[in-house]
Formats: sequence, structure tokens, C-alpha cells
Amino acid sequence: MKARVHITLKTGVLDPQGRAIAHALGTLGFGGVNDVRQGKYIEIDLNEGDKAKAKQQVDQMCAKLLANTVIENYAIDLVD
Amino acid sequence: MKAAIVVFPGSNRERDAEAALTQAMGRKPVMVWHRDTELPDVDLVLVPGGFSYGDYLRCGAIAAHSPILREVKARADKGMAVIGVCNGFQIITEAGLLPGVLLRNASLKFVCRNVRLKVETSQSLFTSQYEQGQVLSVPVAHHDGNYFADEKTLDELESNGQVAFRYCSPDGEFGDEHNPNGSVRNIAGIFNRTKNVLGLMPHPENAIEPLQGSTDGKALFQSMVEALS
Repeated sequence: MKARVHITLKTGVLDPQGRAIAHALGTLGFGGVNDVRQGKYIEIDLNEGDKAKAKQQVDQMCAKLLANTVIENYAIDLVD
Repeated sequence: MKAAIVVFPGSNRERDAEAALTQAMGRKPVMVWHRDTELPDVDLVLVPGGFSYGDYLRCGAIAAHSPILREVKARADKGMAVIGVCNGFQIITEAGLLPGVLLRNASLKFVCRNVRLKVETSQSLFTSQYEQGQVLSVPVAHHDGNYFADEKTLDELESNGQVAFRYCSPDGEFGDEHNPNGSVRNIAGIFNRTKNVLGLMPHPENAIEPLQGSTDGKALFQSMVEALS
């Protein structure tokens, strides 16, 4: 089973990298970009076959290491 | 005073920290490799600057979960003194010894220059040899020194006197133009609630000899020796 984890900055946390990307898009002529927020995508290959257990495992991984919950949210997708 | 410096793959200021501690203590600190699980019997642990584990995932995140950091955290919880400088600040913050987080500099640029710091309190084992309100000249060298915490945490830090240093002008004034990285409320360094842990982005260990352009970092190490000897 594979876990796909998206880590994103919480609302209100300054994202200077996202802002730089938005600026660069503007200079490339892409109009109409209101805002850009940059995040991380992590793929984890798991031994676990049980979805509920896998979810629980990855949830702990996120809380302990993959995300810093002071500033980041995370979302987990499980795919067979 | 007995001190140890924790060394990770990618640490690069451990020798500078060793020189500063040796100058203040009159004896060498012990260097402890990150894989070690046992910490020698010391009064102070210094977590040095650098780029532990290549800053992978988030600055300090991997080092924060190393075996030796668990031991450092356990001792700190019992009252042992810990100081984290630059990447060391990022590491001990990720490890939960201090609140908040260090984000990418607001300018997105690596900043390497001398900055001015205002000593917010002399009431700590790290700052007793300074005057409250004293302005120091100390170098910074980082890409991710933008201190952030939510408003509630910041208010708690302020009301408990946990702000150690703030970026300021040579006259001690605060303003965006004197803040090298965008840190909230110009925060450059903070204590934990019991004030036995200090984290700061600037490098006091690089301001100990006239050759370095400033000796303002010396008093920080002297404060620790004074308190812990």
C-alpha cells in the first residue's frame, strides 16, 4: 500500500517561497494569480495491508516527523 | 563547569563553539557524536550551528529525533542547561525544547553579516554578565532564521520574560530595517519557561576575539561558567 502525504502551510503562516513563485509567474506573463502557497508531497511505500492501520501509522509519522504541526497541516491518501 | 557539544553530520560550527567554551571554562568541552546514546555527566550541552543532515525535510527536524537529542531533552527536562545556536536553535525547537519554529528568511536570502542584538534580560544563567538593554554586535549566518509562533505563544513568551534577545539598530531601536530575517517581534533568541534552555540564531561563539570584529559574545559564555561552576 502506498501513502501519499501532502504537507501544507497553515493559513496565516508567511510563505516567502510561495510569494516568490507568485511573483515569478507574474513576470512570466501569467496574469490572474492571486496567491501561491508552497508545500511538500511525500510518497511512502508501506508493508501494511490494512487501510485503517496504515492510516494510523502514517498519521503518527506525520505528527512526529513529517510535518511540524506548529506551522503545517497534513493530508493522507492511501492507495493500493 | 563541564560542557559537551553534540556533533551531527553537517554540523560546522562545533569547533568555533569549542573555542568559545574553552576560552571561558579554561578546559575543553567533550565532543559527543550524534549516534551516541549516552551523554557524559555535564552541566551544559551546546547544540552547534551548521546544516545537520543537509537540512532535509525541515531544518533541524532529523537531528531533533536522533538518539542523543532524546537524552539531551530528558536531561534538560531535569534542569540541565542547554544552548542551541543557529541550526542548534532549529534542532532544539524541532525537538520541542522551545516553542515556535524557524522559517525561511522573509528575504529568501542567506544572510551573513553582523547584526545588533538587544539583551532583553540579564536574569538568566546565559545573560547574567550583560546589562539589560545592552546592545551587542554579533554575526548571523543563516537561511532559515525567521522565528515564528502563534500570537498566544508569543504573548506567553513576553509575559514570562522568555525573550532573550531581539534584533535592533545600533541605538537599540526596533524596526523592520534592523530585522535580518523577518522574525516576529524581532525575536533573535528565546528561553524555555524554566530558563535552563536558550536558543538563538546569532553566533556568539564567533564574537569572542578582537580579530572577529566583536567580542560581545564572550559574556554569554562567561555567564554560563559563572552560573554553572
